[in-house]
Amino acid sequence: MEGQSVEELLAKAEQDEAEKLQRITVHKELELEFDLGNLLASDRNPPTGLRCAGPTPEAELRALARDNTQLLINQLWQLPTERVEETIVARLPEPTTRLPREKPLPRPRPLTRWQQFARLKGIRPKKKTNLVWDEVSGQWRRRWGYQRARDDTKEWLIEVPGSADPLEDQFAKRIQAKKERVAKNELNRLRNLARAHKMQLPSAAGLHPTGHQSKEELGRAMQVAKVSTASVGRFQERLPKEKAPRGSGKKRKFQPLFGDFAAEKKNQLELLRVMNSKKPQLDVTRATNKQMREEDQEEAAKRRKMSQKGKRKGGRQGPGGKRKGGPPSQGGKRKGSLGGKMNSGPRGLGDKRKGQRPGGKRRK
Amino acid sequence: MRPLTEEETRVMFEKIAKYIGENLQLLVDRPDGTYCFRLHNDRVYYVSEKIMKLAANISGDKLVSLGTCFGKFTKTHKFRLHVTALDYLAPYAKYKVWIKPGAEQSFLYGNHVLKSGLGRITENTSQYQGVVVYSMADIPLVSRDGSYYRTQVLFYSRRICFQSG
Repeated sequence: MEGQSVEELLAKAEQDEAEKLQRITVHKELELEFDLGNLLASDRNPPTGLRCAGPTPEAELRALARDNTQLLINQLWQLPTERVEETIVARLPEPTTRLPREKPLPRPRPLTRWQQFARLKGIRPKKKTNLVWDEVSGQWRRRWGYQRARDDTKEWLIEVPGSADPLEDQFAKRIQAKKERVAKNELNRLRNLARAHKMQLPSAAGLHPTGHQSKEELGRAMQVAKVSTASVGRFQERLPKEKAPRGSGKKRKFQPLFGDFAAEKKNQLELLRVMNSKKPQLDVTRATNKQMREEDQEEAAKRRKMSQKGKRKGGRQGPGGKRKGGPPSQGGKRKGSLGGKMNSGPRGLGDKRKGQRPGGKRRK
Repeated sequence: MRPLTEEETRVMFEKIAKYIGENLQLLVDRPDGTYCFRLHNDRVYYVSEKIMKLAANISGDKLVSLGTCFGKFTKTHKFRLHVTALDYLAPYAKYKVWIKPGAEQSFLYGNHVLKSGLGRITENTSQYQGVVVYSMADIPLVSRDGSYYRTQVLFYSRRICFQSG
């Protein structure tokens, strides 16, 4: 009896083993092709099971997917494993399938002016060494760049040439020449770039005084000069009878002709909804302007009071009081303040701070 | 040709809403196609998206008109409705006024309509309400003054006058 039960147990164990193996072994006529680097398994078996499945092949598809995934996982389990930070990790091999390009090929750039010239003349680049022997320092230095071999701006002794003005600073002249070369190089680089991207550079063509320029050119040059200050021409005075320039306002930008129709529709419906709702809507700009105006008035009133007190007390308190300013601004009444930036700090520190407040448009 | 700015859309909608009220959203959001408002030479045109894309191929100075002209913006940016908008406003009108055949001709030539010429009127029409005038055969009418047909209901003592202007 025990022998029987032992045999039964063994048979059962064998049966279990077989079942397990059955679950993980899959029989396929053609072997699958694996690219483990991309976790890819390609099944070339003809899908006969799917064809005779009928209108709903879900069950067959699921079985097929399960089988193929099982085979892929079997392959993964055969990879060499290693331990990385308390986890066992299988190292995938290099992918063998070549994926197509993600982005299109870059289009060829137009040749720079030098490249065009070199091509025309047939000039090939001469191979030069990177390092040059520098006699002065007695070491090998690079041909160009930082600590280069023959840097004429670094010379400590320059002979004044016979034709030059004896009071001229030769060192400064060399440094100036270097700066000009660098600037010219930069300009050419930007021009090449602009040509490559078909953009326009802001240029100073026609703005240099030549002595025979027309009235319009002179006017244009004058306008450009006026605007080329640190404040973009805001504090440049005009001559007594000079008129304001035409066409110098901001150019209006409109929506594109066929932009997003859905967005346009949504905006219009929103506008209609706002119009139809009976409640008056809060206009943020006007609310903030109103608040600012009230604060200004309060401040002005306080200042007036302080100055009166100061006059009465004989100037003791006056300047100090004005400078220290009033109590900090109230934050409570701001209904529509934009973005929470409305807290102006201690007030009196600059009575003329009018233009610097963040928030809504000023004095609409 | 360009789309309308926020401000212009608002002004135009306020004007049109005087006659058709909330039904304006049926003009904006139509089930049978995307229609849009476009501005060309200060005139507002109501045009389907397909036609507008075709019209975009015509240069601005050669383009005369597209779709239906709803009205124009004046020099001071006020919106004037035109008679060509009648086909789109009449079906959605909230307050309608029907006038008798005798007064119809008089109205068409630009005269006021007296109470005796009034056939029917929608109830709850308040004074100074914008209305659309119909003949007894349910044809929307426009007065002779042509390019705009703003009609208002004015109540004088014992007379209801329709002033068309």
